[in-house]
Amino acid sequence: MLTILIGVLEQGLIYAILAMGVYVTYKILDFPDLSVDGTFPLGGAVTAQLIIAGVNPVLTLLISFLCGALAGIVTGLIHVKLKVRDLLSGIIVMTALWSINLRIAGANVPIFSKESIFENKPLDRIVPAGFRPYLVLTILLIIVIIMKIVLDLYLKTKSGYLLRAVGDNDTLVTSLAKDKGAVKIVGLAIANAFVALSGCIYVQDAGFFEISTGTGAIVIGLASVIIGTNIFKKLTFVKATTAVIVGSIIYKACVALAIAAGLATTDMKLITAVLFLVILVISGDRKRRVKKNA
Amino acid sequence: MLELERIHKYYNPGTVNEMCLFEDFNLTIRDGEFVSVVGSNGSGKTSMLNIICGSIPIDRGSITVNGEDITNMPEYKRQRRIGRVYQNPAMGTCPTMTILENMSLADNKGGSFNLLPGTDKKRIDSYRETLRMLNLGLEDKLDIPVGSLSGGQRQAMALLMATMTPIEFLILDEHTAALDPKTAELIMELTDRVVKEKKLTTIMVTHNLRYAVEYGDRLIMMHQGGIVLDKAKTEKERIRIEDILDKFNEISIECGN
Repeated sequence: MLTILIGVLEQGLIYAILAMGVYVTYKILDFPDLSVDGTFPLGGAVTAQLIIAGVNPVLTLLISFLCGALAGIVTGLIHVKLKVRDLLSGIIVMTALWSINLRIAGANVPIFSKESIFENKPLDRIVPAGFRPYLVLTILLIIVIIMKIVLDLYLKTKSGYLLRAVGDNDTLVTSLAKDKGAVKIVGLAIANAFVALSGCIYVQDAGFFEISTGTGAIVIGLASVIIGTNIFKKLTFVKATTAVIVGSIIYKACVALAIAAGLATTDMKLITAVLFLVILVISGDRKRRVKKNA
Repeated sequence: MLELERIHKYYNPGTVNEMCLFEDFNLTIRDGEFVSVVGSNGSGKTSMLNIICGSIPIDRGSITVNGEDITNMPEYKRQRRIGRVYQNPAMGTCPTMTILENMSLADNKGGSFNLLPGTDKKRIDSYRETLRMLNLGLEDKLDIPVGSLSGGQRQAMALLMATMTPIEFLILDEHTAALDPKTAELIMELTDRVVKEKKLTTIMVTHNLRYAVEYGDRLIMMHQGGIVLDKAKTEKERIRIEDILDKFNEISIECGN
């Protein structure tokens, strides 16, 4: 029982970082960004390759974060400069990244035997054997809290204000003599950086990279965001980022319950889809394009 | 000084729906003028504002501000010297952000939106002071989202936000049209006060002929993409609502309706 609980928390926290990224595009920017399905495995592919090359696992966090940001910028440029619709820009980048990820890492890369942020020599020395089962969870918790604080702080800066304004009422951003396109690109970069970081950590935890890990990442992210923001809708003192993290854990718990109830792991995508639909219907979030600026 | 010279603007060029709105349109607005613009629907009032602000492109002609050609300057860059208030009160504020956050955003116009704190704590008292001027009690609600305010309250905030930083032109696009008569009156008085206080060059499009007559020192009437009436200073002071109505009727007869 405890192992299942720890497993759910671990998975929930890994995907919480992805969910925070999706929160930036879906809730703040009001941009349905499907490139997430490509940037999540992008983070994983880059990480797998770097770890095999012997790069410090901690450094892979930063590098995959930057790679994700770059992919986000590409989505943004396609949308803003080439004036392609938001949904299609994401699909284009997602599709292109599939091949790029294969180029970077190949279809399947095991990294079990290598050092990771969860298993390395310095950690082996300081962590007592009794604490081992909680080690991964602790490390994840530290990373998630750091990323949450960073995002919260960013959203309180002038640049963060502008990001919130562009999703809220982009006419105002123009009135403030700022290029709303540039602000959207910044938002997409931040969001996809978070997503790729999540992919990086996922691969290090799983011990292998697999090309299809990203499929459905956007659905997991959206489900987490919608669960989290709806549960805490009434509690204004709970920050949206916290809500999203909790949402991610709840989502993973639901999936674990479904599997415990007898469904096979191959039914995963079906569970995901049905669960997402149920969440959308319950939360009433399905008519998303509400009256603009109303 | 703002100069629109030989402006040509076609809608749907090259299609059966091609429509010429402006052909050789000229307008000069001197510094410090408060121009009221009236005219029937489709006369080109809002299009003119959009052309000045760069929201829509023109086919020919030039737009200059104090001698500087801004014809090809993108909309957002022009906004540095322009403050604009829209008919829809929702356009001038961010609904999910708080009053304080909205004021902070407006206060930073023209500055760089960097990684410094979004709200400068030292400025909060000054925001409160500015809001108190409205007599709407907003100064005590700094932390509530603007989306929960009424249309009139939001429009008052939009006006404050548009004129918070130094601007050269204030563009008012039927900014009282969506408000009830009493609130409209309030916003209009506020507008007049702000314009006089900050000595802003102002262009106000309105359907309210009384406002057009009462406020401002120049009155322009537009019809089918042209200016049919242009009275300034003492001539403007003598003008009455009846005169404008007569002109309206005259135009309607010419058009055959």
